[in-house]
Amino acid sequence: MEITTITELYVFVLAGFVGYQVITRVPPLLHTPLMSATNAISAISVVGAMVIAGAHYNRVSTILGFIAVASATVNVVGGFLITDRMLRMFRPAGGRGPEAPATTGAAAQPAASATPASGSTPSAGR
Amino acid sequence: MARTIFIETTYLVASVLFILGLRSLTKPERARRGMQMAAAGMVFAIIGTLINHEIVDYRWIAIGIGVGALIGYPLGMWVPMTAMPQQVAISHMFGALAATLVGVAEYYTANGVVGPGRMTALGFETLFGALTITGSLMAAGKLQEVLPGKPLTFRGQNIFNITLFAVTVGIFLYLIGHPENAMLFYIMLALSLAIGVSMVLPIGAADMPVVVSLLNSYAGLASVATGFAIGNNVLIIAGALDGGSGFLLSVLMSKAMNRSFANVLFGAFGTAAPATAKTSAGLTARSISAEDAALQLAYASLVVIVPGYGMAVAQSQHQVRELAEQIEARGGTVKYAIHPVAGRMPGHMNVLLAEANVPYDRLYDMDEINPEFDRADVALVIGANDVVNPAARSDPTSPIYGMPILNADKARSVIVLKRGMNPGFAGIENELFFQNGTSMLFGDAKASLTKLITEVKAV
Repeated sequence: MEITTITELYVFVLAGFVGYQVITRVPPLLHTPLMSATNAISAISVVGAMVIAGAHYNRVSTILGFIAVASATVNVVGGFLITDRMLRMFRPAGGRGPEAPATTGAAAQPAASATPASGSTPSAGR
Repeated sequence: MARTIFIETTYLVASVLFILGLRSLTKPERARRGMQMAAAGMVFAIIGTLINHEIVDYRWIAIGIGVGALIGYPLGMWVPMTAMPQQVAISHMFGALAATLVGVAEYYTANGVVGPGRMTALGFETLFGALTITGSLMAAGKLQEVLPGKPLTFRGQNIFNITLFAVTVGIFLYLIGHPENAMLFYIMLALSLAIGVSMVLPIGAADMPVVVSLLNSYAGLASVATGFAIGNNVLIIAGALDGGSGFLLSVLMSKAMNRSFANVLFGAFGTAAPATAKTSAGLTARSISAEDAALQLAYASLVVIVPGYGMAVAQSQHQVRELAEQIEARGGTVKYAIHPVAGRMPGHMNVLLAEANVPYDRLYDMDEINPEFDRADVALVIGANDVVNPAARSDPTSPIYGMPILNADKARSVIVLKRGMNPGFAGIENELFFQNGTSMLFGDAKASLTKLITEVKAV
């Protein structure tokens, strides 16, 4: 076993501890955003995929790397957007919340809340 | 050298921002800002990687990012909140797919010359990644109701699954010593994909909160393994955060169902349960008209609403909020009791109610709200069943005995909104429905709630 592997184990174990400490404090209220947030964060594998897609190792790895970059980016973009969309909805009673954005939020809100009422009936036909 | 230092610095900054971002999720009012920081961390890391000296051609990177953004944007912005469990499952699939492909590409490029340490990492990467890909697809299929939500089982399933798993692990161990055997590597990949299918199919839709959290964890672990394989610390850190949070959530979810991991994964709950359950012979549930129910609600000083998966199916969260506003307008207090496993993923009810503009300080966890049921005039149960079944407290023969429940039965009166008298997912009768103070308002939750709103207004 090489010395770098040991260093990596250090990083893994310590990150695990920090993660545990941080995540146990997340209230059940925000468990869904937590899940989408960690999922977006773990899409950091995009950096590994980028190297493979951009380095000329061989054709197979370029193709695989390309698909990997695309699917990781789906999570980066989709994951952070949806987390933000969810967090924007959580407001305390009596007021629109301290950080409700003046223009963008107001414009996006009606659109967001209109979709489920009109468009989506996937479970209706069960 | 300077380049490497720059790249590693961006990774360090990204790691710190990720951890700060997750920490901000402890407080709803700080959460958005925190997650924006985490997103900035991601951008830093991506920019840093662009100057990596191994990258000689940017075309495929650019196209890949473009394609990913094109798919990711609608997934993030347009998917309705009611479809969130499926969305989460699908995104686990994408994350795992990326990790797996990186692993396969690394193995292919190494052409069999892989040290045992690296082979271990690549093996874990493919194993966790591949089973998460298919497992997430199956979970998404069940949640979208493309696949039947019932547990799909066959005789000898557990033995089949264990054998499949053992063979895969055996191949993995052999590969560590003999990494040049490419055929075996791809067989392991295929078997891992099969494990994902056979692992999730026998699990029922109501157990999806555990499954979704577990897949979250596996996707993270696949990223960790990728980090080990390519010697990248930020991957290890981000993956550990993901893996850790998924694991923690699955433990919480299992606890909230009073079941072990093993039981969720191998139990195929709901198939054998009715045999031991009490039957409702001789008992009759009392049904109530919307007018009478509205009268009770209108004059109540404390109403506790217990939402369940039925509310999500009927997409009636907006009507729930409207009814609550009517009750509040008449001077009553409305609180929401959220069971940890209500719905199909951790936090499902919270997200739906927040979408309907229910302020988050009205949403109470099980431990906070349970003492309040004693004071409540009405407990309004909307499409929830097993999470309010008193048998979990009192009947040791019940399959859900020991599961922590919401004490809705302690309220002065209970109104249950339900489609019909079908038993809940666990396939057992709910004593709550036959209790003295309970009355049933049958029908689609959305229609019933709309009627209630009109009637409360008219009182």
